[in-house]
Amino acid sequence: MNCGKEEMTTDLVFSDTITSRLGGETITSCYQCGTCASSCPVAKITDKFNPREVIKLSLLGEKEEVLSGDSIWLCCSCYNCQERCPQKVEIADVIYALRNIAFEKGYIPTLYSEFASAIINDGRIGKISKFMEQKRSTIGLPPLQPIGVDALRKILSGTAFEKFQQKKEEMS
Amino acid sequence: MTSYALFLGCTIPARQPNYEVSARKALAKLGIELVDLANMTCCAPPPVQSIDFETSLSIAAHNICLAEEADLNIVTLCTGCFESLAMTNTMLKENEKLKEDVNTILSKAGKEFKGSKEVKHYLQVLKDDIGVERIKQSISKPLSKLKVASFSGCHLLRPSELLKFDDPERPHIFDNLIEALGATSIEYRNKLKCCGGLLRGYADDLALKIAREKLVNTTKAGADCISTLCPFCFLTLDMGQLMIKSRFQEEYNMPVLHYTELLSLALGIDPKELAPEFHKIKVHSVLNKIS
Repeated sequence: MNCGKEEMTTDLVFSDTITSRLGGETITSCYQCGTCASSCPVAKITDKFNPREVIKLSLLGEKEEVLSGDSIWLCCSCYNCQERCPQKVEIADVIYALRNIAFEKGYIPTLYSEFASAIINDGRIGKISKFMEQKRSTIGLPPLQPIGVDALRKILSGTAFEKFQQKKEEMS
Repeated sequence: MTSYALFLGCTIPARQPNYEVSARKALAKLGIELVDLANMTCCAPPPVQSIDFETSLSIAAHNICLAEEADLNIVTLCTGCFESLAMTNTMLKENEKLKEDVNTILSKAGKEFKGSKEVKHYLQVLKDDIGVERIKQSISKPLSKLKVASFSGCHLLRPSELLKFDDPERPHIFDNLIEALGATSIEYRNKLKCCGGLLRGYADDLALKIAREKLVNTTKAGADCISTLCPFCFLTLDMGQLMIKSRFQEEYNMPVLHYTELLSLALGIDPKELAPEFHKIKVHSVLNKIS
């Protein structure tokens, strides 16, 4: 039987890849009851994201579809599903594991590439404007403490953050 | 006087001095000393965990190490920071292997996570260190005309196994603290549902639809204001109303106040000292009900 494209993109060891990662360990306990989907504020308003579907596709080895798609980035990390899962699947954490794998494979939404750069460059993900810094003393706030960006860069050496940054610098 | 290392995070100093100033003034008035430590970084919240979960735990643990060195427990104002740091603290305390792995990473920066300190959201400090009764006795301007729609935000409550804060399906701590100010904490539909904040910037349309539901439900329930505990929820619901106005042509004019702002007002702190100009939705209607 010729499965064509399907045969090339399914990866039956994909669930092993997920369970071996921090956050992904519990995915194989899912029995597809759908409690997650009915607890999900995002699934309620769009058909582009459904946690049950993400888990099903992952367990079926539809690696490319899961990793390259929009869906895993549409979880709002509210943990409702994880809180209620009768099988104790740590669904929000599984999504992090999937996002971590996607990030390593280069499927990186622009917003998240900006977060990665901000962490490495500034040690924080929100820039503080000169205006805000000056405003502080006028409303009685103490000056801001220095950010431990040097220590942070040491922590990030050799991790996905640094590899991403190196690649980005090579390309520019 | 009880002292805590204040973990300020990124969003508050970048955008919400109204939150910081009200928190500092109210907590000082109640006898809590906040210590600003050098070299704290981002807490590594969900967007950073999405890039690399294990490294995120190390980033969070590095911040906890700084508090351990200063021999202080941590207090956060942001529920996002609370989740990242409290979750990491619990995970590393309960999982020796994970702690070893993280400590190997931290050793590159000359740090070691010991697990000797607690991470608390300031609401826990109010409840445990000061107590509802003492707060009731401390207020000079009861907010008795105010109907407040409390919104805890997701990351104060969930994942409950790691955060151990309140009942994740029937929380009461926040509502009790609102009522301690003399206000009425009202019920409204889907009270515990997310504000959609973490979808901002990636899927703005979905984020706005989720936030809008919160505004519809609190308006229907007759709230005078929404009260938040997180700068991201605040942003989503306060500035979000301007975006909702342009996207859906709907105007709610629902004031959003951090709990520390309500607490400061009830403690008799002059509203002018609380930088109310940083609210996109003006709070006059709320101030007019407090006299």
